[in-house]
Amino acid sequence: MLLREVEYAKPGSVTEALELLAANDGARALAGGQTLINVMKARAASPDMLVDLNGLRELKGIELAGDGTLTIGAMTTYTEIMRSAEAKARPILGEVCATIADVQVRNRGTIGGNVCSNDPTNHLPPLMVAVGATMTVLGAGGTREVPAEEFFLGVYMTAAGPGELLTKISIPAGKKDGFAAVTLGAEGTCIANAAATVNGSVRVALGCVDAVPVVVTADSPDGVADAVRAAGLEPPSDVHASAEYRLHLATVVATRAAEEAASR
Amino acid sequence: MDVSVTVNGTTYARDVEPRKLLIHFLRDDLDLTGSHIGCDTGNCGACSVLVDGVLVKCCMLLAVQANGASIETVEGISENGELTPLQQSFNEHHALQCGYCTPGMLMSATALLRENPSPSEDEIKKALQGNICRCTGYWNIVEAVKAVGK
Repeated sequence: MLLREVEYAKPGSVTEALELLAANDGARALAGGQTLINVMKARAASPDMLVDLNGLRELKGIELAGDGTLTIGAMTTYTEIMRSAEAKARPILGEVCATIADVQVRNRGTIGGNVCSNDPTNHLPPLMVAVGATMTVLGAGGTREVPAEEFFLGVYMTAAGPGELLTKISIPAGKKDGFAAVTLGAEGTCIANAAATVNGSVRVALGCVDAVPVVVTADSPDGVADAVRAAGLEPPSDVHASAEYRLHLATVVATRAAEEAASR
Repeated sequence: MDVSVTVNGTTYARDVEPRKLLIHFLRDDLDLTGSHIGCDTGNCGACSVLVDGVLVKCCMLLAVQANGASIETVEGISENGELTPLQQSFNEHHALQCGYCTPGMLMSATALLRENPSPSEDEIKKALQGNICRCTGYWNIVEAVKAVGK
């Protein structure tokens, strides 16, 4: 598919990338491109300029601090997370990345692109909320630290606004996590997903049921299904699942994720 | 924009519109039509190539993004006109029917075998997950890759 005409810029630094984004109203950051290029083909997005973040080393890499906190650069690919020895400090990260699409997409797609696109069917937004991630957003006004729960604002909308960039994601140490999803085909489009952590009580972040991840809590995995039903969810109906069926699936995947988290 | 890429060992310099996808650049500008366009939505994997050794679907990459890169396509995997063991195995195991998905399957399997010379059946299936065969000839494709891996 021939894309609409677009300018292309390859900044040499994050500062330069921010300047390009700020100076051009129609500019968009290009991360892995595994979503953006396709929505450009469909003319669902028609940026005037692409600011390519590939090659910016400042946005790459995974660091493990002494207290177990992981810091992952926004342009780190799913494959890099899966293969990282450091990322094993929070094993669920690599496990969930391994269920995203396929080898080729995982080789290009990035953690930052996944969360910034905030497609409600993506796996990483609920996972980031469940593990209590902190997003670092850089803009003309400086750096902001945004908790994952406040980062996701709406369908395709996040706290990283125009002229800003998500630069890194910090994730505290932890092992008692779980994730479950019902997808079309083994690792295709998601109908319902949920990420859970157990830290005394159970905390579950649900995807696919609202514009942003929805958090429910329970004392134990046994109480999760009731907590989901009590959350007053009104999930969307589409060709893959009615609202009623999606709500049912939400109780199922939330329970599975919680049970997995509790078993670790 | 000026783009210089090395494809299968040959360096090409071209003036390319930023909006051009790498797959169109390979096929239309360089006349390397071995890599196919199946779905043009990032699902089918017929356009899979290796960019600096990394397996990608080049319908989701701009040609300008490949500037300076070394690209391997299906045209480049055999040497001196001889089939690679993988290609020979595809032949022997009837691992292609219409052949449309074959270039992408070969590139994905090539990437797998470089990293993991003796993949299990499960590893082969995982590695080929991003490549769709609408003849549904998966069984023989997996068998062909497995036979090379032994």
